[in-house]
Amino acid sequence: MSDKMRIRDFFKSGVITDNPVLIQLLGMCPTLATTTTLINGIGMGLSATFVLICSNLLISLLRKIIPQKIRIAAYIVIIAGFVTLVDMLLEAYFNSIYNALGVFIPLIVVNCIILARAESFASKNKVLPSFFDGLSMGLGFTFALCILGAIREILGSGTILGFALFGGVAPLSIMAQPAGGFLTLGFLIAAAQFMVERKRGGAEDADN
Amino acid sequence: MQTINLGTIIAFAINAILIENIVLTQFMGCCPFFGVSKKSDTALGMGMAVTFIMALSSVVTHWIYQLILVPFDLEYLQTIAFILVIAALVQLVEMALRKLVPALYNALGIYLPLITTNCAVLGICLTNVQDGYNFLVSFLNSVFTAIGFTLAIWIFSLVRMRMDEVCEVPKPFQGFPIALITAAVLSFGFLGFNGLSL
Repeated sequence: MSDKMRIRDFFKSGVITDNPVLIQLLGMCPTLATTTTLINGIGMGLSATFVLICSNLLISLLRKIIPQKIRIAAYIVIIAGFVTLVDMLLEAYFNSIYNALGVFIPLIVVNCIILARAESFASKNKVLPSFFDGLSMGLGFTFALCILGAIREILGSGTILGFALFGGVAPLSIMAQPAGGFLTLGFLIAAAQFMVERKRGGAEDADN
Repeated sequence: MQTINLGTIIAFAINAILIENIVLTQFMGCCPFFGVSKKSDTALGMGMAVTFIMALSSVVTHWIYQLILVPFDLEYLQTIAFILVIAALVQLVEMALRKLVPALYNALGIYLPLITTNCAVLGICLTNVQDGYNFLVSFLNSVFTAIGFTLAIWIFSLVRMRMDEVCEVPKPFQGFPIALITAAVLSFGFLGFNGLSL
């Protein structure tokens, strides 16, 4: 398989077929908590992507050095280091996003997607594939957050990226609240399962 | 908040358990909330394990922050320091449970090590420090928050068990989506507590 094809496969699996949020059901807390608006979702998604790429790179580089028994602790220290970096960078350069995301920036440490990729991919693969795996999974996470954030911002506050959409119509403010987050994600995952099911059904028909 | 009497403690408890319930209004600790809520007794066990770890880790992280990080100007290391403390504590509790209460150990199974990555535990330790709570208030805050977590996961597990018995769920909604929608309805309910003024 040529390199270009492999990279395309990485992106297809990270963003669509193995989407970390919609298919693998990982990283629920940041997904629900930070998607009250589209811009917060993008901020969270890109911060997590940055941490994911860096930790995948470093863990892949160190995969022969880290002893098997304490690998999880080692991964967590590496991830926490990069999260601290992101925390300081956001505080210095993107203060409004830093304030909106609040405690959920340090909580990227316990985002299961990052630890899952470290354990199941970066610790077994070379540096370059690990980089692309981190990038594609991170983009998949960002993609899911963007959909959720856009739906909740449009319905919940009647705006998109801060621009008013509906004039004087009162928004469904419940969608911006926690209950709306659970509801929107429930319907999104149901839609994802529906599509997976239909695709599988189609494939079986073709086999017969 | 620094003068403590029975009234403020009760107000604090109602606030942490109901009005600002950690799962249903702040979205922390969603993984165990959805993962371990299929049966009510494992849900309760999980709640108690989380309560124990949360109380313990808030005490330990409070002193680590005050006695080590602040004197040496290392506040920016709090995330790394706290997550290591929590991971070590979870490991200790796991070993203790395996020796002392094997039944609970088996029931919690894979979810015990996962408390390490339960964002509620780290989240509470971080907010305690950020809000500048003193020792007693941090301790109370984490205990009440954990009780709120236990209450939410227990109610949720009861609803899910009942739904498994009587409801026919459309195929795409089976499993996780319907759990999320159930949580949404529960969250609507807890939203009502916002009207309480203390």
